[in-house]
Amino acid sequence: MRFLAITRAELTILRRNLWIFMATLIMLAFALALSFAGSAPTGTLGVDMLTISVASMTTLSVYLAPLLALMMGFDAIAGDRDRGSLALLLTYPAGRGELLAGKFLAHLAALTIAMVIGFGAAGAIAAWFGGAGAESLLALARLVLTSILLGAVFLVLGYAISALANSTTAAAGLSAGLWLVFVVLFDLALLGAVVMDGDGVFTQSIFPWVMVANPADAFRLWNIAASEGVALSSGMAGAAAALPTWAAPLSLLAWPILGFLLARAAFQKVEP
Amino acid sequence: MRDEPILKISSLDKFRGKTQVLHGIDLELYAGERLALLGHNGAGKSTLIKSVLGLINAEGGTISICGARPGTGAARVATAFLPEAVSFHPALTGFEQLKTFARLSGEKPDIAALLQRVGLGEAMHRRIGAYSKGMRQRLGLAQVLLGRPKLALLDEPTSGLDPISRQDLYAIIDELAAQGTAVLIASHALTEVEARTDRIAIMRKGSKVADDTLAGLSAQAGLPVKLRLRASGDQADRIALETGGRRINGASVEILCTPQDKMAELRRIAALGDAVVDIDMVPPRLDDLYRHYSNEELN
Ligand SMILES: Nc1ncnc2c1ncn2[C@@H]1O[C@H](COP(=O)(O)OP(=O)(O)O)[C@@H](O)[C@H]1O
Ligand SMILES: [Mg+2]
Repeated sequence: MRFLAITRAELTILRRNLWIFMATLIMLAFALALSFAGSAPTGTLGVDMLTISVASMTTLSVYLAPLLALMMGFDAIAGDRDRGSLALLLTYPAGRGELLAGKFLAHLAALTIAMVIGFGAAGAIAAWFGGAGAESLLALARLVLTSILLGAVFLVLGYAISALANSTTAAAGLSAGLWLVFVVLFDLALLGAVVMDGDGVFTQSIFPWVMVANPADAFRLWNIAASEGVALSSGMAGAAAALPTWAAPLSLLAWPILGFLLARAAFQKVEP
Repeated sequence: MRDEPILKISSLDKFRGKTQVLHGIDLELYAGERLALLGHNGAGKSTLIKSVLGLINAEGGTISICGARPGTGAARVATAFLPEAVSFHPALTGFEQLKTFARLSGEKPDIAALLQRVGLGEAMHRRIGAYSKGMRQRLGLAQVLLGRPKLALLDEPTSGLDPISRQDLYAIIDELAAQGTAVLIASHALTEVEARTDRIAIMRKGSKVADDTLAGLSAQAGLPVKLRLRASGDQADRIALETGGRRINGASVEILCTPQDKMAELRRIAALGDAVVDIDMVPPRLDDLYRHYSNEELN
């Protein structure tokens, strides 16, 4: 269990520089603001307030979970290399995979804390004020779980960037670019393609698969497809209907594994 | 008969792109031995150390650490390393950082005592972000002392240390060697390694150009011995003329002679009688030897 030594050190660092505290605060603030602002006009539509709140928080998480994850991930390898401590770490008996796994565990734990407290508290408040059914509680649990998975994807992608970049600064810049591509530009490009194609082959059969291949969209689809209440308030229901139900979960579960292997391979090439 | 060497490097070649940065390096290091690895910046000292650690792969030659190949589990356990100008995460304390290294190595030493030993007793619970360069270097040294390494590779260990700390560092190196660790010290601080190491290897542009004890290097180099005479009264000019020496500051004369001619020269000086008041003999120092070996055109 040598990699747990890394995990403990990383957790101390995240706690000491108030990262966990700030991330939790950000999640909580945004989740609260969004669920109350979003639910005011639609509060009487016949769905309980938690359902609406989860829909707003899903939109929020698509942006925030990858961002928070990349903010932790980009420094993971480049930071140690810039400090010169990576060379030293790599002379200890733990292998490169173990080092990466140790950091991943700590970062994932930090994300989990932020997600559970942030979404959990916002959900609890929405349920308290507007009522919640078993259905919407399940949707909240799914949101927390998938948000952590989405964070895991961008953690490992952050590690890959951290290994490939020449410096910590470059890694930070590349991470921002990666976030923009996956979370914003990808959807814009798809939308453009759909508009150009009209109702052609691309829109009918290719578009949903390309979309679900993006972990951020897979996250949206999983939450929407699984919950009719959430789907009501979203325009993605069409795309979700064209895909088998396993497509989004498979994408979101496969990405962290593939990403970790990618990061591991990139790390192998790093000369400390 | 000596035991098997702890570290054995045979005809090691390393390329960076098309340029060869290590040329057929042979080096052996035995238990309890302190070896100074000297060379200008860019001579290849760090590259050699990284190859021994398995952090980079050499294209030719072999390295064996207690019979294990670099980077293998056995080699990692046997080896301790102090990187050049190392730093650690600023948010951790020195104690936490050393504890992490101990956990990674599976050792259970007295962390506080180790930090005390390297002079970080007061600062051990402060964040590394508030440490000076010398303090970070000491922390790096503390992790070298974890466990009982068979081989310790120290890359420029004295950089950033004040003179007192250097003395402490060499005292710790002596302790390591006394407990049987083979210590390799890469450095370009010549005067301090002179008295503190058993053997000196000099690298120039990726090749090893010398590898011997200080006395051995002196003998091989055949560098002139300096004889410094003090003349009585106004005899300095006459003595300089008769001995073929050079007048320096008023009453002194300096004569250079080869080690073999030393005794003959001394007899000649003795024959000068009262004209010579005093004589000092200055053997070549490491500075001179280093300049000799690292500038010599060998090929
Ligand atoms: N990462 C690297 N990439 C390319 N060349 C390198 C790298 N590291 C060192 N070198 C080159 O290898 C040679 C030896 O460097 P180094 O071993 O660091 O020397 P020293 O430690 O003796 O100062 C130098 O010419 C240096 O420019
Ligand atoms: Mg160097």
